[in-house]
Amino acid sequence: MNCDDSEILINALIDGELDAGHAHDVEKHVAACSACAEKLTEYREMHDAVSAAGLKMSAPAHLRSRIEKALPLTSARVIAPRKFFQPSRRTFFGGFAVGTALSAALAASLVFTVVGSDQQQTIANEVVSAHIRSLQAGHLMDVETSDQHTVKPWFNGRLDVAPPVVDLTAQGFRLLGGRLDYIDGEPVASVVYQRRKHIINLFVARRLGASQASARLEAIQGYNVRNWSEAGLDFWAVSDIAPDELNEFGQMIVAALHPTGSS
Amino acid sequence: MAGRDTMTGEGNGEHDKARRFRDAALPYLDDVYSLARYLMRNPADAEDAAQECYMRALRHFDSYRGPEMKPWLLTILRNVCNAEFARRRKQEIPTDFPEHESAAEELPIWQEPTSSPETTMVRRQDGDTIRRLVAALPQPFREAIVLREINDLSYHEIAEVAGVPVGTVMSRLARARSMLRAAWNGAEGAIP
Repeated sequence: MNCDDSEILINALIDGELDAGHAHDVEKHVAACSACAEKLTEYREMHDAVSAAGLKMSAPAHLRSRIEKALPLTSARVIAPRKFFQPSRRTFFGGFAVGTALSAALAASLVFTVVGSDQQQTIANEVVSAHIRSLQAGHLMDVETSDQHTVKPWFNGRLDVAPPVVDLTAQGFRLLGGRLDYIDGEPVASVVYQRRKHIINLFVARRLGASQASARLEAIQGYNVRNWSEAGLDFWAVSDIAPDELNEFGQMIVAALHPTGSS
Repeated sequence: MAGRDTMTGEGNGEHDKARRFRDAALPYLDDVYSLARYLMRNPADAEDAAQECYMRALRHFDSYRGPEMKPWLLTILRNVCNAEFARRRKQEIPTDFPEHESAAEELPIWQEPTSSPETTMVRRQDGDTIRRLVAALPQPFREAIVLREINDLSYHEIAEVAGVPVGTVMSRLARARSMLRAAWNGAEGAIP
């Protein structure tokens, strides 16, 4: 592999778009090439700094209301109660069309994960239903403590995975506790956080149909759902906080899995 | 608006469609607005583009079968912005954008990195500086990096939005990060 190929693959590695084989090739090249090693380090730091900088802008409130007013809705209808437990709502989300011809030989040799499958949609709907169920009185937590060292061991013996439990109180996400839940017929861990008055359920399991390529954010029944795959685990975060806050939350969980300074 | 309870079936259908559209599309307003800001480069134009994007999306919502909502909206937004640029070029309306694309390319901020061997880490930059550096990238590299880093799209989705093959997305992102890195390490306001 030459340095030009490596440059492109380094970017794909950082963006989580490489399969294990190509990731290994890049790492082999980087181990032997100090210029590319430096690039990888710097690009990764830049990527993290850009994520942390929160460059996404909030749309001004007047723009939101301008658009809402332009929609043919009456004000009474806008706040009408939502129908819960209605997965058919989302059937119009078809699978992602993977029609793009991979022209470059380089790109053609890469393996990309096809996301947006039917199964992913089913799980997305189930995750939202589980979130809504958890909000009913007495259903939120099996183990109620803000101590991450209590929550994490609680899952031992109940699940075949050790879900990461992170204390993000300083960042405005308070750890409330944990719960055992069932998604797609399988037991999953739910780690419960609170942002101001809003509850966030973070569902974690080994295989839970999360997007392999990169984090995906979508809205279902008025809830925001972010799913991603990291460190061999699938994550689904569900809440009624704003999409960018949920993104921020997801990025913090990911960051906690990869403590900085370890490289 | 209390009298609307007796609306016709047709009205209900429109209503239901609008509500479904609102639930599905409005959560991505920040994404749409952010991309609009980086493409149009001023808040007023970005707001107009975002609103036009949502109006167009609503009109086409009936035939919408995917891809995912976010890339679909961003594709529409990108078309809105490009149409606006094309209109301006045709009418040759003088704009007051100091960072016109050709001008941006003349900025000498991304020369070869000047980092010495002992500084292998990128300099720490504050959020405003990072925003400025991204905004100063020329198209189509700016678009690629915004879709990746801010809108959080996968390579496939970026390819769909930008209407180019995945290989092109990859080379654009590599070039974008290379330019960003040079500008980053040379930028004023760096915290050494």
